Amino acid sequence: MDLAVVNLIDVLYSIANLALISIGLAIIFGMMRVINLAHGEFLMLGGYTAIIATQNGINIWISMLIVAPIVVGAIGIVVERLVIRFLYGRMIDTMLATWGLSLFFIGLVTTIFGAKTEGISAPLGYFEIGQYKYADYKIFIIVFAVALLIAIYLLLRYTRAGLIARGTMQGADVAAGLGINTSTVYAVTFTAGAALTGLEGALIAPLNAIIPSLGSQFIAKSVITVIGGGGAFLTGTVSASTLFGGISQLVSIESSPVFGEVALLIGAVVLLRMLPTGITGRFFRRSL
Amino acid sequence: MNRHLDRAGLVVVAVVGLGLLFGLPHVLELFSLLGAILYVSSAILAVSLGLIWGFGGILCFGQAAFFGLGAYTYALAAINLGESTWPFLLSIIVPAAAAAVLGYVMFYGRLSDVYVGVMTLVFTLILYRFLGHTAGAQYRIGNAPLGGFNGIPGVPTLNMPGDPGDILGPEEVWYLSMGILLIVYFGLRWLLASKFGRVVVAIRENELRTELIGYDVRFYKLIVFAIGAGIAGVAGCLFVNWNAFVDPNVFSLGKTAQILIWVLVGGIGTLIGPIIGAVGLEYLTTLLGTQRTVDPNLVMGTILVVFVLFIPRGLVHAVVAILRWFWTSATAPRR
Repeated sequence: MDLAVVNLIDVLYSIANLALISIGLAIIFGMMRVINLAHGEFLMLGGYTAIIATQNGINIWISMLIVAPIVVGAIGIVVERLVIRFLYGRMIDTMLATWGLSLFFIGLVTTIFGAKTEGISAPLGYFEIGQYKYADYKIFIIVFAVALLIAIYLLLRYTRAGLIARGTMQGADVAAGLGINTSTVYAVTFTAGAALTGLEGALIAPLNAIIPSLGSQFIAKSVITVIGGGGAFLTGTVSASTLFGGISQLVSIESSPVFGEVALLIGAVVLLRMLPTGITGRFFRRSL
Repeated sequence: MNRHLDRAGLVVVAVVGLGLLFGLPHVLELFSLLGAILYVSSAILAVSLGLIWGFGGILCFGQAAFFGLGAYTYALAAINLGESTWPFLLSIIVPAAAAAVLGYVMFYGRLSDVYVGVMTLVFTLILYRFLGHTAGAQYRIGNAPLGGFNGIPGVPTLNMPGDPGDILGPEEVWYLSMGILLIVYFGLRWLLASKFGRVVVAIRENELRTELIGYDVRFYKLIVFAIGAGIAGVAGCLFVNWNAFVDPNVFSLGKTAQILIWVLVGGIGTLIGPIIGAVGLEYLTTLLGTQRTVDPNLVMGTILVVFVLFIPRGLVHAVVAILRWFWTSATAPRR
């Protein structure tokens, strides 16, 4: 019984984790049809920022929740203005250019910090479920993911900024005709996506060894979650994370984490074969 | 004028290619010749993606998968069979068959370009993760343990067909590798000039129109995808021969990125471009490996971004454009 509870929380954590590492990418893809292959490196940069800030005496919560998103968001602005904005509408070229950025950031961080592992210990303690101990921090991740997704929904649904964003997403030409500067909207969206990704990278930092090539562990999972989710990015991310995170964790419990990951990838291939435009290409089409 | 340039190019490639094939073993020392074999293997790999991406219009992020499958197939078969003729052939057949199955799923499922990219990427990662996990003694094929991230050491070298005792020396492997590169290059030139090749290029230009004319677009894409995979498999076989060792890193994201950069820098839509890109950038990578101040990834990433932004069609097209400019200004009537 206790084991079942632990497994259930593990599945929830796996889903929340997948949603967290994907949402920044999903926002950028949903709004601008840009697949940012440097996404994994934004996570990595967020992780490094949090660790370095913490090592320099800043409170771990402040460095994770405030410093990391600001730093990575700033990198996002620079990247958008220097590279991405020239490539809107050229989906394949943006993929190649962001792949180049990904290599660039890996190389940059390796040059500065060396190819060694950094880490911080997770804040918060443990609680007990029968004979099992469970990290509070994982519960925090689950709660945080839910809160973040709700916040994004409310922002898009009920604020003027959200209205402009949704309008630009549905019809950039019409939005431009109504006097919206879509270039600014894109820049802001990309920055917001990058900042969120930095935040998520910081949040997963205590649970992972942070190395320059960290991003390559996450990029494929994030991309297939976003692609599998389809056009309506919020619903898509939630449904695809639930599906893929669930499959992956259940298989992991039965065999090993590596096969869990292989199961996730195979699940993605099957899903894309059946629903080539992702889950929200077929279901929940009118959702956000 | 286009045709002149094209024909001149073909002659130049033939002369340079044959010159290298027969000349290089007399000029280079043994060690450098071994290095040259690696460059040729990379060039073959680059051409395979040059075909699929540049002419087939299929964005394949999984060329490393076919390269790696070729390498693993050769290694496993050579260890089990104790000779190299069948392993060599299998290293072409297995990747081509894998590509045919994957291509069937993708093209007959009517996936569009970006989704094909993601699907091929995922396929590569499945192999990477799976083979990385096969360290235990229970993961073996015949006599050959898969070895997980430790890889498979001691892969036998190619031998003369039918005579397992007669192992090929570096010079003979050079003739074989360079010979394969020339056969692949001129074979593909011929293929692309044939009716089949023209349909493939037509699909790249306008898929819907080609389909409406009455060609089965899915089938043509599948075939060109499988041919490209087979060529990548040969490159993998030559690579593992050179290295005598293979590990799951042949399936890594870094390898895939490397192949894409070769093709993009050299020139999409040409066959010579990928060769130039592969050789040039491999040389650059070797140079970068000898210093420690700048990480090679930093340089490669910068090159990729700069080319996408400023020279998106690659070096060959840029050079041709410059040549053409000289040609027109030289032949133009003077005022």
